[in-house]
Amino acid sequence: MAKVLVVTSGKGGVGKTTSTAALGAALAQMGEKVVVVDFDVGLRNLDLVLGAERRVVFDLINVVQGVAKLSQALIRDKRLENLWLLPASQTRDKDALTDEGVSSIIADLRTRFDWIICDSPAGIERGAMLAMRYADEAVIVTNPEVSSVRDSDRIIGMLDSKTVKAEKGEQVEKHVLVARYDRARAARGEMLSIEDILEILATPLLGIIPESQDVLRASNVGSPVTLNDATSAPARAYIDAARRLKGETVAMMVPVERKGLMDRLLGRRAA
Amino acid sequence: MGAIARPTHQLVRMRGRSYVAFVFCPVVPIAGWLEEIDASIAHSPGFFIGKPVVLDLSAVDLSQPAIVHLVRSLEQRTIRVLGIEGVDAARLSSDMPPLLTGGRHCVLTQNEPKKPEVRPKPVSLLLESSVRSGQSVFTEGDVTILGSVGSGAEIVAGGSIHIYGTLRGRAMAGANGNSAARIYCQKIEAELVAIDGHYQTAEEIDATMCDRPAQVCLEDDLIKITPLN
Repeated sequence: MAKVLVVTSGKGGVGKTTSTAALGAALAQMGEKVVVVDFDVGLRNLDLVLGAERRVVFDLINVVQGVAKLSQALIRDKRLENLWLLPASQTRDKDALTDEGVSSIIADLRTRFDWIICDSPAGIERGAMLAMRYADEAVIVTNPEVSSVRDSDRIIGMLDSKTVKAEKGEQVEKHVLVARYDRARAARGEMLSIEDILEILATPLLGIIPESQDVLRASNVGSPVTLNDATSAPARAYIDAARRLKGETVAMMVPVERKGLMDRLLGRRAA
Repeated sequence: MGAIARPTHQLVRMRGRSYVAFVFCPVVPIAGWLEEIDASIAHSPGFFIGKPVVLDLSAVDLSQPAIVHLVRSLEQRTIRVLGIEGVDAARLSSDMPPLLTGGRHCVLTQNEPKKPEVRPKPVSLLLESSVRSGQSVFTEGDVTILGSVGSGAEIVAGGSIHIYGTLRGRAMAGANGNSAARIYCQKIEAELVAIDGHYQTAEEIDATMCDRPAQVCLEDDLIKITPLN
């Protein structure tokens, strides 16, 4: 049965798009048929992170408006044959999205894929609302800082009230993904601890993604971090998170950077 | 100054005014019809007292003495007849109610004296989950929250507020002027607490109160936060 998963946060810049691409690629590598849908109409990024920006012809808005067929807008990843992208439009704004249009696209995608991962725009406006509207599950990406956690709390409240599942009296299954986690800084008390975040959000933890230069390096070359270097710390964290999404039980731990001896001796930063 | 007071002519002023009257349509046998009237009076005594009543006799053919008898029978039942319609003017004598014509149908409105409005007793509200940032809860009575109240969330209650988690948002108790209302929580990290309009913001809340169960009450118009147990 197809699952619609929304990756959301409320706050911008916490790593929604990176997480969407990384989780999507990780699930596709496990043999699941995955489509990642960019809902950030007007400010699309997911195509860049997936390295598909030069192959976008039609987009989500074209499909909503009936200009193009869904099959024309779907872009297959060049590295993973199980991974597809439905890009957003860069020239339009979020008002071009309609509830009926999104509903019919999601229903269509459900018949073709195992996982439909919706990359939500920041904020709590129309684009974000429609991205979460038809979700069965939600990944709430949070950074270990108070503003991000409070915005996540707000988004969780909306997942519990504004989604189709909530309106039917059911629950969207929610997971918290803590991104940009710096263990050293957390130990020094400069960041919220994982316990504090979970206590405030009262939502199960999906994974902890360490702050790493690998994330930036991967997105600069247009590759999901899990594909670019599957042994890097963030990639391993994302792969664990994807396995938990599939229902596997994986022990929770924060992967650390594996530094070579030379790196240690020279004190070189992984950059 | 020769101001002369002129006698003013008092004009007779007449105005039109319309009233809604009950129209009774007696049917033969009159005795049986009167019994029905008795039955409805027994059902709601005093219903016809002071109400204008008109007799419509078009359905029956009554002689003058019979009409007199009918009017008198109604008077015995404290129903005063204002006028009669649907009968030949020749059958009415001067001591009987006047003949009316041109009446129009209208919908009767119940003019029962309004009962003093019974306000439903405020019921207490129970929330089994957390109240998230951006959510507001309004209730007339007490509210019990089994989860936490997130930063940026708001609880407004006419009565007291009971929170079994951490209060990180705003809680306003006794919002309808109930100064006896209180706020209870397992942990107080509130942005604002208020009782009956008197409030205290996070800055003013004693930091030593954090991390333990606390209650907020009003003493001499001052917010007082005390630890529980």
